[in-house]
Amino acid sequence: MSARTLGGMNISEKILAMASGEDYVKPGEIVEAKVDMAMVNEITGPLAIQTFKRIGLESVWDNQRIVLVLDHQVPADSVKSAELHKIMRNFAREQNIQFLYDIGDGGICHQVMVERGHVRPGELIVGADSHTCTYGALGAFATGIGSTEMAAVFATGRLWLKVPSTIRIYVAGKFKDFVTPKDLILDVIGRIKSDGAIYKAVEFTGPTISDMSISGRLTLCNMTVEMGAKTGIIEPDEKTLQYVRERTSKPFKVVKSDSDAQYERTLKFNVDELEPMVACPHSVDNVKPVKDVEGVEVNQAFLGSCTNGRLEDLELAARILKGRHVKRGVRLLVTPASSKVYLQALQKGLLEIFVKSGAYVCNPTCGACFGGHMGLLAAGEVCVSSSNRNFVGRMGSPEAEIYLASPATVAASAIEGKITDPRRFLEGIAK
Amino acid sequence: MRISGRAVIFGDHVNTDVIIPSKYLTSLDPNELAKHAMEGIDPEFPEKAKAGVIIVAGRNFGCGSSREQAPIALKYAGTRCIIAESFARIFYRNAINIGLPVLEAADISSKVEEGDVLTVILEEGKILNETKNEVIEANKLPDFILEIIRDGGLIEHLIKVMRR
Repeated sequence: MSARTLGGMNISEKILAMASGEDYVKPGEIVEAKVDMAMVNEITGPLAIQTFKRIGLESVWDNQRIVLVLDHQVPADSVKSAELHKIMRNFAREQNIQFLYDIGDGGICHQVMVERGHVRPGELIVGADSHTCTYGALGAFATGIGSTEMAAVFATGRLWLKVPSTIRIYVAGKFKDFVTPKDLILDVIGRIKSDGAIYKAVEFTGPTISDMSISGRLTLCNMTVEMGAKTGIIEPDEKTLQYVRERTSKPFKVVKSDSDAQYERTLKFNVDELEPMVACPHSVDNVKPVKDVEGVEVNQAFLGSCTNGRLEDLELAARILKGRHVKRGVRLLVTPASSKVYLQALQKGLLEIFVKSGAYVCNPTCGACFGGHMGLLAAGEVCVSSSNRNFVGRMGSPEAEIYLASPATVAASAIEGKITDPRRFLEGIAK
Repeated sequence: MRISGRAVIFGDHVNTDVIIPSKYLTSLDPNELAKHAMEGIDPEFPEKAKAGVIIVAGRNFGCGSSREQAPIALKYAGTRCIIAESFARIFYRNAINIGLPVLEAADISSKVEEGDVLTVILEEGKILNETKNEVIEANKLPDFILEIIRDGGLIEHLIKVMRR
């Protein structure tokens, strides 16, 4: 049977077909695929390295296709962390892996992967971190795996994948001021629910996505794992190609969905009337408009993470914070996603705005989002966070509460000391 | 492969942060991780699991991070098998890859109570509730996954394949 009589393929199916040397694949089929890039961080890497050594091979399948990033607990916050970092550095040396992003050079692994040109359209990328799905924003098929599986990838460069069915999310309309892609993805997760896309790919399309910056697209794809998805993905366009070509000279193949591609279902969203949204404790799908929870007092506000720690996010927060001060008794942590973002924020004067507003500017790291170091919560405390998870205990005490929101809502809430609709700051703001 | 044990029941959306909180991830020692298995949701679990248990759970078991320390902690605490209505995909793969059997059974939560003695016949995708004298149907695992589990995990399987 020719591909034509079977119907077209969408971008995810095409990339998996290409990676497994097939002309045609369909959802449910299990393929053995060749990996283009593999990434580990210091939480998942040491276990992968230890397991790789158990296989007994001298060298990895391809040391040009492996990226090692130190990001979760950097600089080392304990001797145990320092030991994990050492395992990563030693492995890079032993295997002659040049893409080791140590502190001062890298940042959060997902930001490093995209901004240093390790993600290219049409590629199959695996990372031992659940938010690997972020890279779909650049038209790659990227998914999270565990450490043992990564050890097998280090050995063979291959892994088995079930071709997922795809939910298409069509988005139209224009965001109002201070309403962001984060509010859109929270709205989407609130409707699809946290297990609504398990094993599936989520493909974003429509005029709003075309208009959206790469940074916003990364935010959307980043959070698809919070509805269980295998990946989030967006067809590459001119914006994507420009972003990628500025960062790598390696060749790649642009893959797009066929016009008769198959989807499990299509959901339509319109952002014209979308309001700032918030995911309430303790589930990311417990989503409400910010106005419904305005007034909830917060102890900490966190601006950072692989979801919302990029320059655009910091700029948005700085617009609100400029000339204002964080409420006494509230702590605002600002954690740029990478050293590059940190430098840009420095050069643009954003860090000065943050420090003058009373914020604490941290080094690039996963930090408070991961709940390992740099801003843990005590029992009974409340945090409004631009990150991606509000599970019980995620940011410290199991008796703390986390509200997930956009950088604008985080900044506004830090100033007021309670959850606040950022649109209250629209008039007279420094633009 | 037949696996027996008493059922320990959990609800929906048990995430990896409660299975093994982030603060313990600096340890590479599986027995150390096991001491904190399920600490975020049931601190008594390691004690309960010592005799060898089968976890029975609702939807989306293991959602959240890719930390393989989650299934490792459960396995070394004494978990012999996990049966859930559905799994988060990374957890599902991780469990298989470390040789911890996982099975999906649509209505398992309504058919098993805490402490019931279960026997899982993995190849057939059948679960016997010995306490209630009932047979529960589960989704059968594909052969290549059964082979990975029988070999004791992905790495053991890979070593065997490479020797061929």
